[in-house]
Amino acid sequence: MSVLKSSAEKTCCYHCGENCNEEQITLAEKNFCCVGCKTVYEIINKNELCEYYDLTNNPGINQKRKIRAGKFDFLDDEKIINKLIHFKDETHQHITFYLPQMHCSSCIWILEHLHKINIGIIKSQVNFLKKEVTLIFDFNITSLKKVAETLTLIGYEPHISLKDVNSKNIKKYDTTKIIKIGVAGFCFGNIMMFSFPEYFSLEKLENPELKNWFNYLNLLLSLPVFFYSASEFFISGIKGLKQKFLNIDAPIALAVLITFSRSVYEIVSNTGSGYLDSMSGIVFFMLIGRYFQGLTYQSISFDRDYTSYFPLGVSILNTEGKENQISVADLKVGDRIKIHNDEIIPADSILFMGKATIDYSFVTGESIAVEKSIGEIIYAGGKQTSGAIELEVIKEVSQSYLTQLWDNKAFKEKKEIANNSFIHKISKYFTYILFLIAAISSIYWSLNDSSKIWSAITSVLIVACPCALLLSATFTNGNMIRILNKHKLYVKNANVIEQLANVDTIVFDKTGTITEQGKSEIIFQGYELTEEQSQLIRSIANQSNHPLSKSISSYLPFSKSLTIKNYKDLKGFGASGIINNKLIKIGSSEFVLNQKTESVNLGSRVYVRIDDEFLGCFIVKNSYRAGLEKIISDLEPNFELKILSGDNSTEKNYLRTVFGPNTEMLFNQKPEDKLNFIKHLQQKNKKVLMIGDGLNDAGALIQSDVGIAISDDTNNFSPACDAILSGKQFNLLDKLINYCKKEKSIIYASFILSVIYNFVGLFYAVQGDLQPVIAAILMPISSISIVLLTTGMSNFFERKLKHDKNHI
Amino acid sequence: MSVIFVLISASLLIAIGFLIAFIWSVKSGQYEDDYTPSVRILFDDEITNNNKEKTKKTND
Repeated sequence: MSVLKSSAEKTCCYHCGENCNEEQITLAEKNFCCVGCKTVYEIINKNELCEYYDLTNNPGINQKRKIRAGKFDFLDDEKIINKLIHFKDETHQHITFYLPQMHCSSCIWILEHLHKINIGIIKSQVNFLKKEVTLIFDFNITSLKKVAETLTLIGYEPHISLKDVNSKNIKKYDTTKIIKIGVAGFCFGNIMMFSFPEYFSLEKLENPELKNWFNYLNLLLSLPVFFYSASEFFISGIKGLKQKFLNIDAPIALAVLITFSRSVYEIVSNTGSGYLDSMSGIVFFMLIGRYFQGLTYQSISFDRDYTSYFPLGVSILNTEGKENQISVADLKVGDRIKIHNDEIIPADSILFMGKATIDYSFVTGESIAVEKSIGEIIYAGGKQTSGAIELEVIKEVSQSYLTQLWDNKAFKEKKEIANNSFIHKISKYFTYILFLIAAISSIYWSLNDSSKIWSAITSVLIVACPCALLLSATFTNGNMIRILNKHKLYVKNANVIEQLANVDTIVFDKTGTITEQGKSEIIFQGYELTEEQSQLIRSIANQSNHPLSKSISSYLPFSKSLTIKNYKDLKGFGASGIINNKLIKIGSSEFVLNQKTESVNLGSRVYVRIDDEFLGCFIVKNSYRAGLEKIISDLEPNFELKILSGDNSTEKNYLRTVFGPNTEMLFNQKPEDKLNFIKHLQQKNKKVLMIGDGLNDAGALIQSDVGIAISDDTNNFSPACDAILSGKQFNLLDKLINYCKKEKSIIYASFILSVIYNFVGLFYAVQGDLQPVIAAILMPISSISIVLLTTGMSNFFERKLKHDKNHI
Repeated sequence: MSVIFVLISASLLIAIGFLIAFIWSVKSGQYEDDYTPSVRILFDDEITNNNKEKTKKTND
């Protein structure tokens, strides 16, 4: 047995690279793991696209999961087509599909050669980072449905969700920011250049005409900087003042305004050449900082709600029992729908026909699928796992038990991002001190030389604008976001870093968060099973649709299923059957041993008996993430930990040993309960970090101060949150939090540096004698040294993050 | 001396030309996807059947 297996493991599928374990499928000396992969290879080969396999080894997508024919029938509906496409003329339609399977250069290659497979496709262009393909096709030759089927045929099943039609918010790439930077940079460079004569000869320019010419050119060039590039500082500053809040943009806008008006005054009155170079310079640097801070990972979306999880089309049955495809959004109460295997139930409904085994793990956190009998209510969001069923809708999609969560107030109000950052607090004090200095110097000059009052006040405000603070904050945050991305913690915006550093309570979800998604650990306790025995058990388990028997049959080594006589499946108890005159029973202890055993806390048990011989039992339990115990013991001294699970409390005892006696643990929590629990903690002035993964955590993730969604595959659906953490990096959680705590000290350090520069500038400013050249030298030096300091420090602290990683 | 006025105006005009080119390139979406084109350029030209035979012959 073991020899056979190891030789089989060596051959991997030519298409997808997975091990060909079960049967050998070969074609043209190439091995395939399943018929699906072979079919895709044949299509690709037939269309002379085999370069696909030359670019990357085994680039394909595993085809074991079969996609039902007719799945895209809803794309024949004119109404749906018009909602999905973004351009249409007499012959062509343009459509963008999201293809989560995209992963390598071969994918780009084949997707851009789609016209060879489907001649109706005229052009296809891939955006790899967004995992999108934009297609232009001739709808007289082909149709949207056929295009989607072409993609599915070669393994790239487009992900079309309810969200694609519900909201037409195709995120347009924001170009204004970049253009603003470009304009500011252009003007800054040219103004700097035209100021050179002024810098070097210091007012002794030979030709006054030339000097005037330069001054007016500079003034002209500064207009787009002042009115266009710097506009966002004015807008945001005024907005803040209207809400009676002094944010960091207000003093910056004031400084820009004063610099500009004094420069205009000097130039027009012919008394000097102003500080236009410094002004455009700081605007340029600050815009770059903002842009750098705003760079987040493109392909990740942080604002998903249930609509991007729910399917777009559903099969509806008319009175004659014929299947029709309609949009989920159009479902009405009383409609009869058909849900196929592996599809999501879109609305609360009653089971009418068929065998329902619903996997709610993503919705409620229950780790084991639930069997439902006819007449029972099935809530929306679950995934059907045992064949097709028919349902009658009892509530519309938006009124369903699960989707109602999104009506909660927490989803309506956006988290106040800008106003509570400590940067604004510092900038407030900074501004007050600045006004104080300006006032003192004006009082001093009014007593000594009243002609210098205005010059002194404006110089102070010009030199000491809090732009250095903004620069330190934006560059620190931008670089930290980049570093966190590298360590697979994708944060939504810079504010999350600061929030994460303030956290004092961590709430964990159980299923999918501290356990690994879709994985369960199976242990067999009892006598060692012979090959024959395991074949017998596997044959029975294969027959049963119960999720536990499915796990058992995948756990036992592969063997051929034997014919079973007298097969019985007792719901809630187990299954039995006769093979080769041997009676095999698997199931609960009541069913197998005719006696109740004391309920044991760890996992679900399946007992096994062949004839009169009791062989033992399988223990199926959740598989916890690697390193869970260590990370919890690291976090425990510093944070208040809590567990909030939608699942039952079977694993409570185990969790207690891991989390220690002080951890509050709540089970059987509904999505609403989770949200309210977080709210309750916040009322006690706790800063809560919620870590979850499923739709049932969506409310808690929104309500919490920081919501992190754990995702084993960043392409998977994850609910709206502040940050997404890769499951593999879960054991680095405390280090990542500690890293975020460094943010403040880095910003303080660079701010102190900029204050030193400010003092030098102020020294001249209070004397009312600020030479443009001094301002022009101080400004870039302080900006550049701040950028170097912040990036240097954040990279330095990153080393610690890496260092620790090696030790785990 | 007056030549410097002409030269400076000319240099500024050329620079403005570059600024316009930059704005155009941003607006036309050239910076939207900064990864895929770098992969795309490495793909070989498509080999048509005729070409294939030719290359085979030359290889022989």
